[in-house]
Amino acid sequence: MSAFPVFDPASSLARPITQLTSITFWLGLGVFLLVAGLLSWFMWRYRHRGAGGEPAQIFGNTRDEVGWILGAVALVGVLLFLTVRVAGQSSPDTAGPNPDVYVTAHQWYWAFRTPGGAETAGELHIPAGRRVLLDLTSADVIHDFSVPQLARKIDVIPGQHNRLWIEAAKAGTYAGECNEFCGPQHAWMRFRVIADDAASLAGAGPDSPAPTLVAGSAAAHGAQVFREVQCSACHAVQGQTSDFPHDGAVGPDLTHFASRQLMAGGVLTNTPANVQRWLKHTQQVKPGARMPTLPLSDQEINDLSAYLEALK
Amino acid sequence: MNQRVPAVSAAPAAAPALSWWRLFTSTDHKSIGLTYMGVAAVFLVLGGLEALVMRLQLAVPNNHLLVGEAYNRFLTMHGTTMIFFVLLPLLLGFTNYLLPLQIGARDMAFPRLNAFSLWLLVGGGLLLYLSPFTGSPSQGWFSYAPLSETAFTPQRGVDLWSVALIVSGYGTTLTAVNILVTGARLRAQGMLYRRLPMFAWMAWVNGFIILFALPCLTAVLMMLEVDRLLGAGLFTRGDPVLWQHYFWLFGHPEIYLLILPAWGIISEIIPVFSRKPIFGYEFVAWSSVAIAFLSFAVYAHHMFAVGLGWPVDLAFGTTSMLIAIPTGIKVFNWLATMWKGSVRYTLPMLYAAAFIVQFTFGGVSGVTFAVVPIDWQLTDTYYVVAHFHYVLFGGSLFAVLAGLHYYYPKFTGRFLDERLGRWGFWLNVIGFNGVFLVQHLLGLMGMPRRVYTYPALSGWEALNLFSTVSGFVLGVGLLVLLVNLWRSRTHGAVAGPDPWNGWTLEWLSSSPPRRENFVALPPLHSRRPLWDLKHPDDMDHVRPPRHDRQGRPIRDEEREHR
Repeated sequence: MSAFPVFDPASSLARPITQLTSITFWLGLGVFLLVAGLLSWFMWRYRHRGAGGEPAQIFGNTRDEVGWILGAVALVGVLLFLTVRVAGQSSPDTAGPNPDVYVTAHQWYWAFRTPGGAETAGELHIPAGRRVLLDLTSADVIHDFSVPQLARKIDVIPGQHNRLWIEAAKAGTYAGECNEFCGPQHAWMRFRVIADDAASLAGAGPDSPAPTLVAGSAAAHGAQVFREVQCSACHAVQGQTSDFPHDGAVGPDLTHFASRQLMAGGVLTNTPANVQRWLKHTQQVKPGARMPTLPLSDQEINDLSAYLEALK
Repeated sequence: MNQRVPAVSAAPAAAPALSWWRLFTSTDHKSIGLTYMGVAAVFLVLGGLEALVMRLQLAVPNNHLLVGEAYNRFLTMHGTTMIFFVLLPLLLGFTNYLLPLQIGARDMAFPRLNAFSLWLLVGGGLLLYLSPFTGSPSQGWFSYAPLSETAFTPQRGVDLWSVALIVSGYGTTLTAVNILVTGARLRAQGMLYRRLPMFAWMAWVNGFIILFALPCLTAVLMMLEVDRLLGAGLFTRGDPVLWQHYFWLFGHPEIYLLILPAWGIISEIIPVFSRKPIFGYEFVAWSSVAIAFLSFAVYAHHMFAVGLGWPVDLAFGTTSMLIAIPTGIKVFNWLATMWKGSVRYTLPMLYAAAFIVQFTFGGVSGVTFAVVPIDWQLTDTYYVVAHFHYVLFGGSLFAVLAGLHYYYPKFTGRFLDERLGRWGFWLNVIGFNGVFLVQHLLGLMGMPRRVYTYPALSGWEALNLFSTVSGFVLGVGLLVLLVNLWRSRTHGAVAGPDPWNGWTLEWLSSSPPRRENFVALPPLHSRRPLWDLKHPDDMDHVRPPRHDRQGRPIRDEEREHR
């Protein structure tokens, strides 16, 4: 994760944008310095020097003015040419192939699902060195998907399926975040794109269900709490039976929760202590979050976190 | 003091009497103009305090001063206040005050309508600040659907917010009609369109932008209310992006609406303090017309991330770049006006110089957004925040401050205090650039805009803290300015009718001007009637025709430097 992600592209989609940005910045800086320089020079050179009559009254000079209009036209022409060239490169055609990952933005987390049905939240696993086609939509308001090192950003709009190619040239972890104002927790709607050399998409598949728990352990007890307090009304854990007839589409899918680095939209790192803090003070940790602060005993919170940390 | 000795002997100006009844009932364009500015000053204090509280929250990462929804309420009120109730009234105030004076008229075309417009705007402002009592709006001043719909922002404050904008929008639209008719019908004999002072030109062109842009806002706000109050679902079951089309079709021209009169002010100040006529009058005037047209053709550059497809993005990117050409023309004409002049370092001129530097910076960063792929990376980051504050604050507001220092003697008959003025100037310049320059870097680091907090990442903390500290410097600067404005009203040096040795008609009237503005008007044969009066041996319109090196005649009003 780089300090200036815009100037540190990690893909063939973001690189041309970086080059264009640099060229434009230098041109712009040149124009600015020209204006600021001329202004300073004229302010000093032509400053009022005590008494004396009015200076010569010059009303204009058509040739000069046509000159700087043509200069501006030429500059704009160059920029336009570069823009057209780069726009296509960095936003290639998305029609045709089936998307590799379905992205759904929620207030306030990101859900990533493969066509096979494996779902994860907050972390998108992609194979390094290959272009991945995303299909993006929103469950509520307009969000924006931005991973500056991997691709351009694009809005994520309810009722509309935008498509976007992303690519990571080499393995690594890349920061992403929501860029469109989407309500109280717009600040904490961050995610990570993790590019691996092993070709896996989105996460483990549905055929690798949650691990079996040792009977009588804290985790097994936590699983029972999970069912009883109806966490499964909002959260799905694949392989975990639920008495509550709900598809669990409100909150993030927790199937392989323990394998995630961050939780709660990037507010906390995923440790047992933080899971407990989250369960105890949900609304303080992430005010406005759709998840209420649940009335749980310390024992239940302890067991729940043991259960969640067992979901490898 | 660099101020010039008054050219006409000064009659001791009486302290302006503050009669509240007169203030509320006046239909005089000057009283209305000043009331607009007073109202704007009140809202500037409110909007400024909101900004400072937000900057306090952002001073350190993971701060708990204003969290989530609370921050968004400040965000919404700050944006709405500054755009609709500070900059707009300031510029309408200048237009109201100066347009009739500059064209030799006694008042606006419809004085009572003019007063009505003013009080509609004030009423809108009151409605906006009543909204906290019904749950402050927290959807942002841009109010994107579907976030602004009842399902996601249920509080009634949003409805009050939209009614506030509808009401004040009506006022502004009516003002536009007034400006257009005044400029078209009430010009004194001899005040041809091609002899209009630069400010009058731009204020008048601005009337067209207001007339066509604001109804788009009114329409879309009504659609939002139909959704919110009647459950029509135009933006939920329909298309949420429709909101953005309407909103930016208003919103982008709005930016030009806030900058054109500001350019007009600058185009008055630079010539007078360089002692030269504006360089290339026709180019400056016609570039405003070009901008007025183009401003409607660029709106979708706020929507490059929406996914309209890159051919559409490119079309709007192209028009956005084109707008840089007439804008650039103006900047170079201002510079050329100073060339071979005799530049006086007065407060208005200092503010004008700061305007040129900061506005150019904002304009150049604006061009980077017209380059579509850069926008795909940087839109909705702090780079945008930095950019538009450079245009609206460093540009528009600094031009207004230049204008305030320039016209204050006309408004009150007295000068602003020079020492306080210089303190205010330097605090404002240092504070403003300190706040917003570093926000460009934050944007490049990937800090999204409109967030109430941010993770503790390297670079983000130091820059945010620096920005906040500078914000308080700026706050002190503006406070010094307000104190100066209030105090100099009774304590300033007496100015007389023409303290700056100006050329346009407003300097012919007394300071402050009498009710009917003028006793008698001089013959108008050129763009600078007062120059002609002061230089009977070198009048603009009777200069002997000159010839260039090739022996071709040069038009009368052009004195070549060769």
